[in-house]
Amino acid sequence: MPERREFLLKTFKSLGLAATGGLAWSGFIEEGRSAPLILRPPGALPEKDFLASCIKCGMCVEACPYDALVLAKPGDSKPVGTPYYTPRTNPCYMCRDIPCVPVCPTGSLDKTLVSEKGEDGELRLNINMAKMGIAVIDREICIAYAGIQCDACYRACPLIDKAITVEYTRNVRTGKHTIQAPVVHSDACTGCGLCERACVTRKASIFVLPKEIAMGQSSERYIKGWDEQDEERMKEATEKVTTQTPRSGRKALDYLNDEL
Amino acid sequence: MRKYKYQIPRRLLQTGILFVFFGGNAYGWSVLRGNLSSARVFDTIPLSDPFAVLQSFSAGAVIASDAVTGALVILLFYAVLGGRVFCSWACPVNMVTDLANRLRRLFSLDSVWKSWDIKRATRYWIIFLSVALSVILGVAAFEWISPIGALHRGIIYGFGFGWTLVLMVFLFDLFAVKNGFCGHICPLGGFYSIIGRFGFLRIGYDREKCTSCMKCIEICPEKQVLHMVGRESGAVVSGECVNCGRCIEVCDDDAVNFINIYSNKIHTKCKEG
Repeated sequence: MPERREFLLKTFKSLGLAATGGLAWSGFIEEGRSAPLILRPPGALPEKDFLASCIKCGMCVEACPYDALVLAKPGDSKPVGTPYYTPRTNPCYMCRDIPCVPVCPTGSLDKTLVSEKGEDGELRLNINMAKMGIAVIDREICIAYAGIQCDACYRACPLIDKAITVEYTRNVRTGKHTIQAPVVHSDACTGCGLCERACVTRKASIFVLPKEIAMGQSSERYIKGWDEQDEERMKEATEKVTTQTPRSGRKALDYLNDEL
Repeated sequence: MRKYKYQIPRRLLQTGILFVFFGGNAYGWSVLRGNLSSARVFDTIPLSDPFAVLQSFSAGAVIASDAVTGALVILLFYAVLGGRVFCSWACPVNMVTDLANRLRRLFSLDSVWKSWDIKRATRYWIIFLSVALSVILGVAAFEWISPIGALHRGIIYGFGFGWTLVLMVFLFDLFAVKNGFCGHICPLGGFYSIIGRFGFLRIGYDREKCTSCMKCIEICPEKQVLHMVGRESGAVVSGECVNCGRCIEVCDDDAVNFINIYSNKIHTKCKEG
């Protein structure tokens, strides 16, 4: 066989084998990555950036005094080697010095995300700024919503009266009692999960989910005019958004009469 | 004992590193915290796996200075030292594959089974794939499946199903390919082959003393680097040599030794194979 032809064929073979291996490999990674129900330590970058930068050294796990953080093991169905915690068994206790964050060598846990400027202009750690997740309540199972007095989650909340408040409404079923229902506020909730651990139902009826899973996202056109903060968003809107559908180009009368 | 004068310190170092890491997590020792991916010595000097950092960069991550400094420290250390010292003196997978290899020798399996034909250059293709997939998928691709990570993380933080990956490497080396994982597949080994190409600590071979018994070739996990044995005096120049010193241990004629390739004149005249 001519040398050049042999060389080309060998190169093709190597490329082909590399492609085969690469496809299987990326399939495996995609499979593991598509499990987004994972709660990261405080100060974690957005999941995509976190996965790119976390080097899986476990120094945050070592620093955690409550052993709440663990590294995902093969078989946990989570991105392998990355840190997470499980609120029902061992929640984040919101240490004020946040020992897990400064030890991160890659900045996957970013100090600036859990620090605020003090009066002297210096950055100070503040665990209350953490956004690890958000607690959501199953109102059908929560016994407080059924009219039974229980404020386990409310009492357990480190940001009591900010992240969880109790709302009093009339119990229309009995006609003479109060329903004292816990309500989570997304602006204050850090997702620590102390409420989930405290919940008295067999399977917790208040539980922490990653924010991007549990919360919706509004679009530009829905602005609460009565809310000053929300109205700020109007200033950011640069262009007029018009929805184009197959019908929108035609007159209403035309398409309404189509079916006749 | 002379037969194990390097193997015993190697095993002590390999297990010692893991032990100190384990103590760092379990008992709060400050000597070494973290694991082989990234660590801190006495809570100050950062160390990082340069190949993992390279993959993170490829994945588009902005990495904090600690990990970058740590990667440079390790990179410099092994580049100056030479060869794949990491592989045979630090990496715990080396103990697994050496055990497989020992069993192969003990039962003379090589004479019975034909090893699969896999090119040693496969590891460089896998480096290329690791980087390419990191770019495409936005995660450090090899770190995601690495049996090395599974083993040291497993020992320090708990195994889960990670032991299956390690067992796979062991069975692959025992039944499929001699020196299969470390010598053919592992991209981290390939990476250190490139890094350690110009370091000073190399194996020198003296033709005058050699009786051509070929024991060194027999024991060597990277036979291709000893191509000059039986032909001419010279030094191992390939970065693929793991500097394990097994060839020195088995040589009865004192023909093989560790040398400083830049000060030893006899051995500088050699070609790469």
